[in-house]
Amino acid sequence: MQVDEATVRRIARLARIKVTDAEAKGLETELTQILQWVEQLGEVDTSSVEPMTRVVPSAMTMRDDVITDGEMASAVTANAPMSEDGFFVVPKIVE
Amino acid sequence: MTDLTKLTLTEARDGLAKKTFTSTELTDAFIAAIDRANPAINACVMTTPEHARAQAKESDKRIAAGEAGLLEGLPLGNKDLFCTKGIRTTACSKILGNFIPQYESTVGQNLWNAGAVMLGKLNNDEFAMGSSNETSAFGNVVSPWRRNGKDGKPTTDKLVPGGSSGGSSAAVAADLCLAATATDTGGSIRQPAALTGTVGIKPTYGRCSRWGIVAFASSLDQAGPITKTVRDAALMLKVMASHDSKDTTSVDAPVPDYEAALSKGIKGLRIGVPKEYRVEGMSKEIEKLWDDGIAWLKAAGATIHDISLPHTKYALPAYYIVAPAEASSNLARYDGMRYGLRVPGDNLTDTYEKTRAEGFGKEVRRRILIGTYVLSAGYYDAYYLKAQKVRTLIKRDFDNAWANVDVVLTPTTPSPAFAFGEKTGDPLAMYLEDIFTVTVNMAGLPGMSVPAGLSSQGTPLGLQLIGKPFDEETLFRAAQAIEDAAGRFKAPGNWWMKG
Repeated sequence: MQVDEATVRRIARLARIKVTDAEAKGLETELTQILQWVEQLGEVDTSSVEPMTRVVPSAMTMRDDVITDGEMASAVTANAPMSEDGFFVVPKIVE
Repeated sequence: MTDLTKLTLTEARDGLAKKTFTSTELTDAFIAAIDRANPAINACVMTTPEHARAQAKESDKRIAAGEAGLLEGLPLGNKDLFCTKGIRTTACSKILGNFIPQYESTVGQNLWNAGAVMLGKLNNDEFAMGSSNETSAFGNVVSPWRRNGKDGKPTTDKLVPGGSSGGSSAAVAADLCLAATATDTGGSIRQPAALTGTVGIKPTYGRCSRWGIVAFASSLDQAGPITKTVRDAALMLKVMASHDSKDTTSVDAPVPDYEAALSKGIKGLRIGVPKEYRVEGMSKEIEKLWDDGIAWLKAAGATIHDISLPHTKYALPAYYIVAPAEASSNLARYDGMRYGLRVPGDNLTDTYEKTRAEGFGKEVRRRILIGTYVLSAGYYDAYYLKAQKVRTLIKRDFDNAWANVDVVLTPTTPSPAFAFGEKTGDPLAMYLEDIFTVTVNMAGLPGMSVPAGLSSQGTPLGLQLIGKPFDEETLFRAAQAIEDAAGRFKAPGNWWMKG
């Protein structure tokens, strides 16, 4: 798999990470190299293999459907870059 | 009085029980040692001396009252990936900035409930992504070990302590704490332990709760200790492990008394030696170390069996799909809205993009991009699903091996500690550091690194033991046999102590 600059930019956009022109060039080579290396997995026949989902087979446990906490707006917003009256203050998203 | 910082965790425990010294004296000794050593080693990203002294004072009261917990009064370091209530936690990333958790990790809480004292937060690779502790926003951690030059004399080359738990391994190796917490996603406990002459165990996935630990790759991450001795690791893991309703992947199984298992010996234990770990270009000294390990275990009464784990070579490439994929998903939460860094942009998307470009370091950005790529539309089956299927085959290799052996013995790393910058230019060369450890995470098994010898450069090398799921007890027994035969390894001198 050859990763070109347009692909780097598309992926960076999806990941919400700004890349400079110089970084995009470097990433082209690095991502290509890494992806070509992982392509050796193609040698492995996995046609009749289930993907691994759990290390040790066990049923998912369910907790009781009850309220266990809450009323902690100040703790939740304690680390916010901006907050007001227990709300997060974020950039405007609707013009 | 003897230097209290040189004691092992279990020696210090016994000293406190005999009232040879107090927790306050012990804690003060470590606070002083960190002050003198940290400028050179950079193992601590934050020290909490007041907090430690207050905990030590309470411990001394409990010891006097006969109410001592399993780790009562014992000063530890805590990797900065573990959330600490009211104490800054950053995962050594700029993006978390001055994040002050409002809660304690379950593993941490288990330690403090047992009476342990926290000296501070320890350095690591940013978000635990790295094998040399060169990606931390707080700078490199320097190993107390130094390698010899061709003339056999010590050089002043600064060596890496391994990663990602490089602060933990360096702090324990330099006697800056009795033991430390660590985490392991692809080798981040065992590789740094091997490179610093310390003991590290990554327990079975599900043995320790992941709650309150900054997530890297959720299906691989596990907590464990780095310690000076096998016995110390047994004590630490006993306390760290627990079932936790806040982590649905933590397993509800009894936690054995690992220390009690140490005296059981290994007579009749079946040791597997996988031929696939004799990789091309493996150095002669690593081969010799492995042969030494085999001879020691045989001499202690174990039997040796050649085994095959045919999918070993695919573990690392599969890991570099699974881990970045899960990381890209986990790290999506760092968007500058609810906590951490926010870099204002022209609009919301621009704010996200600028925040994440500035907040994440180079290696973290690279892995998020790989992860985003392999999970992007049209590629999921070809990469992530394929890697998860390969994982099934890796686990099946081990399941087959367990029919004939109880423990697998391998080297921990393909080479000894290297100097800063020697592997940073090539991501793939750095990723190969984890070639022997990553299979264990992919299969979810317990793995342990034990110091076993010195390289021709005079730096430590480790042997790795791999066990059946939830059979850490057998790992401890085999590890004790190696430690009994190999002895312990301390960095010579104390060049890192100033003043």
